[in-house]
This record gives sequence, structure tokens and C-alpha cells, in this order.
Amino acid sequence: MTSPIVSDHGLDHRALAGGVRRHGWVYFLDFRLRAERPFFWTFLLTALGNPLLYLAAMGLGLGALVQRPVDGVSYLHFVAPGLLIATLVMTAAGWGTWPIFSGFKWQKHYLAASATPMRPANMADGETAGMVVRLGLQGAIFWLIGLPFGAWPTAASLLGVAIGVLAGLAMFTPLMAYSATLQEEGLQFNFVNRLIVMPMFLFAGTFFPLESMPVFLRWIGWLSPMWHGTQLARVASFGLPVPGWLVAVHLVVLVGLTVGGLAVAHRTFARRLVR
Amino acid sequence: MIEAHDLTKTYGDFVAVDHVGFSVEAGESFGLLGPNGAGKSTTMRMIGGNSLRTSGSLTVLGMDPEEQGPEVRAHLGVVPQEDSLDEELRARDNLIVYGRYFGLPLSFLRPKAAELLEFAQLSEKASEQVQALSGGMKRRLTIARGLINEPRILLLDEPTTGLDPQARHILWDRLFRLKEQGVTLVLTTHFMDEAEQLCDRLIVMDHGQIVAEGSPKELIRRFSSREVAEVRFGSERNAEVEPHLRALAERVEVLPDRVLLYADDGEAILDEIGRRGLTPLTSLVRRSSLEDVFLRLTGRSLVD
Repeated sequence: MTSPIVSDHGLDHRALAGGVRRHGWVYFLDFRLRAERPFFWTFLLTALGNPLLYLAAMGLGLGALVQRPVDGVSYLHFVAPGLLIATLVMTAAGWGTWPIFSGFKWQKHYLAASATPMRPANMADGETAGMVVRLGLQGAIFWLIGLPFGAWPTAASLLGVAIGVLAGLAMFTPLMAYSATLQEEGLQFNFVNRLIVMPMFLFAGTFFPLESMPVFLRWIGWLSPMWHGTQLARVASFGLPVPGWLVAVHLVVLVGLTVGGLAVAHRTFARRLVR
Repeated sequence: MIEAHDLTKTYGDFVAVDHVGFSVEAGESFGLLGPNGAGKSTTMRMIGGNSLRTSGSLTVLGMDPEEQGPEVRAHLGVVPQEDSLDEELRARDNLIVYGRYFGLPLSFLRPKAAELLEFAQLSEKASEQVQALSGGMKRRLTIARGLINEPRILLLDEPTTGLDPQARHILWDRLFRLKEQGVTLVLTTHFMDEAEQLCDRLIVMDHGQIVAEGSPKELIRRFSSREVAEVRFGSERNAEVEPHLRALAERVEVLPDRVLLYADDGEAILDEIGRRGLTPLTSLVRRSSLEDVFLRLTGRSLVD
């Protein structure tokens, strides 16, 4: 049995730790992207299929029936930014639940990384960075598919991709923080889907303006990252008239949820990994 | 390398580690033995800063793992009790991703991963997904992964649990080579033969406390005899015969299926038993082992 002796390069372990302290999230992002590589084609198919189906069904199908302008534009122009944001927020909700839970419970990514210089916060940050990459890519594909449909009246509509990434993060980081606290699989994620994501999709102004709903249902929109993101994307795409202060509110809500969710995730990751 | 004084960890009312003190020297192979729930794994986690101590002090390479977790862990190789390999990644990618967590560049990691796969006798499996590997291969891959950062201390938490004898012996060989290279090994195990093979010095823990400390040889000398004679008279008669045997050995232990007689000369005892006409059904003489020490110190009742 030939067995080489393991080589020793005299690594400077302290310096390495310093590097991980500064940008450990990059290394976790590295893992996330590598781990997703085998599923790239599934990702691409979903990213291509979603906008095709949504824009065809809602923009062209439903849009053919809605003849009068909505918020001053054609139904296709009205609904396209909403569909872009909704798709990204729903994707983010998916990633914030099972994959995070599974990383703790079954796949043990986080446990493995916790034996290295990585700190729990690095992992939560890395997951968030991974989300930015995936949402950015998916949003860009959505936008491109929208072009032949004539879904975007202006080039500024491309800003909707960035807004969608932010809206997605506003959904992702709070869910990630929550998923890190779950010890056992139960019905929690079904509740998240049925009681948060679905109502949001239906009632947060994606398909019709929030104002057309009775007042007692509008709070669903106000609370949801989807509505705030959609309104911003409409401002960008066709210049939906929204006062400056409200644009600021939309941004503050999305940034607040993202940053707040991440701060809580730092704590829940640490509580789970350091016992 | 590692200094622990009065180290204590409680979870609510439960005391997992109870005022434990020990030190591990550079290049040493140090074992933590004990039944399930004795506090071994908790101690290991505290060394890596992944468990916060309730009281006491602990330094690793002169650093406090709670304050300088990343710096301490940068020097450690950890082989956890439960496999935490990424099943969907290929064997080689598991090493590379893990190496990235240490901030190591790909230019270093690619040749290093190849070298470690060869060390773990897994070169042919480099491109296989981990889920396709056998238990022994996964364990070897986990050890290879723990070496990716060229650690100064390797922490192994029950490294060979669940492996067949062939796989265990290969692992022992690999660990012994690492030790020869000057890597400090700290391992927990409840296999006494493993501890005898690998550990220069060990502590036996029970209920969170240290009940004995020393080299395997010292512990056997102190807590057992040189040899053990095992005699069986049938489960009905074992207890009955015991009073006649008591004077023959340093210590006599009656188990449901056999009687153990601890003495320096086992053969002489068997001769004496024959002379007294006690005629056991079967008998054998063996060297006293660490297992005898362990069972004496931690008892024979089942720990769940």
C-alpha cells in the first residue's frame, strides 16, 4: 500500500482566520453556487417557463379581456412588473424555507461550516448573497422574455429586476431567520405558503390595483414585500404616479425587512449552531 | 496545545461537563473515553468554540475559543461524529468547498484535494457524488476533509463508529501516520481497542466528570490485573460457585453468563479451579484490556 505523507505548506492559520472574519460570506456563497450547479438546467427551465406562462396567460389571455386602461396603461404593461416581482418574491419564499431547514436538519451544510473559521453570521450573509445572484439571474431572464411580448414600455423597466431582487430579499431573510429555528418538520411551511405567499400573490396588487379592493383587505398589500416591490417596479416601468414620500416608504419597508430579517437570522443561526 | 481547568457546561439542570481539567501536549494523541452522555462530545465542541462553557477556563493554542473562534478553528481539523458531507456534491468538491471555508485559494485547494483523496485511498472516487460512497469511504473522506487546512490539532469524535473491521484498520493506519507527522490528535471513542491503538494518554469520563487519567498501560495496571481468566459454569451455577473462587483472584466479577477472575497469572487460577474439582464448561485466559478498566470505572449497566 503506497501512501503519500500529507504535505505541509506552513499555512498562516491566523491570517486565514482574519480573511474569513472579513469576507467569510464570499466563501459560503462559493459553496451555494457550487451546490446549485447540478440543478442549473432545472433553474433555467423554471426561469424561462415562468415568464412565458404568466405573460401569455395573464398579459395576453386576460389582457385581451381587459380593454380599458389600468393605472393609465394597457393591462399587459400594468401586470408585467407585478408578475416579475411576484415571481421573484415567491422564488425567494421557496428558498427561505425548505433549503434552509434542510441545511440544518438533513444536509448539515451549516454544521460542517461551523467546524471551520466561518461564523454563523457568515453563513446567513452567504445565503443572502446567493439569493441575490439567483434572483438577479431569474429577474433578468424574466425581463428578456418580456421583450418579445411587448411587456416593457420603457428601458427603465429593467430597474424592476433590481427592485425584484430587493423585494425577494425582504421575503427571504425573515423566512431564513424563522426556518433556522425549526427543529422538526411540520406544517409550518405549508402555512407560510397558503397563508402568506398565496394571499400575497392574489391580493397584493399584482393583478389589479390595491385600491380596487375593499379597505379591509388592503392591509395584505401594505404588509407584503410583493406590493411594495410591485409599486416601485411600476414607477420604473411606466411611470406610475406615486408621490415621492410613498416611494421612500416602499424602499424603507423593503430595506427594513431585508436588513431586519438578516439581523435576526444572524441570531437564530448562532443559537442553532453554538450550543 | 489545549489547557482546560474546571471546565463546566450545564444545560438547564443537566450538567454535561462537570469541573473537568486536562492538558494536551503538542504531538500527543489524547483520548476522551466514556459511555454515551459522558460529556465527551460537549468537551470537543467547547474546544472548537461551538459550545459555550458555563464556567471554568479553556485555551487552545493559547487562545480562548469563545473569543477567538475563527482563529482557533483555523488551526483545527474536525471529524464530527455525524457525517456532515454534502451528499449531492462530488467527493473532490466536498474538500474544495470546505477548504474555501478556511479562506484557502483554489490554486492551493485543487492539488491539496487530490493529495488528500489519495491519502484517504479515494482517488478513484474523486468525481463520484458522496451519496454513492460506502460508510467507510465517507468516513475517510470526512477525515481527508478535516485535513484540508493542514491542521495542528485534529479532533476526531468517534471516528470509526459504524465501520467494519477492515475500514477501521485502514483508518487507524491513516491516523497513526498523521501522528507520526506531528499532528496532535484528540479523539473520543468508546472502542477500547481503538483507544489502546491510538492514544498515548487518555481520560475516562463518566457523568461529565473525569474518573481516571493516564496512558492505557498505566490505567490497566492501576485499575485491572495483568490477566483475566474467564470461566463459565452455566448461567445457573455461576453465582453459586463464586464463593469458592473468591480467594483465588485479586477480584472476582460474576456476570450472568460467566465469571471473571482478575489476576497476574490466569493459567495458575485455571489449574487451581481444576484441582478443586469445580469443572467449568468453558474457560479462557486473556490479557487484561482497557475495556476491563472502562467497565470497572463506568459500570456495566446500559447507558441510553
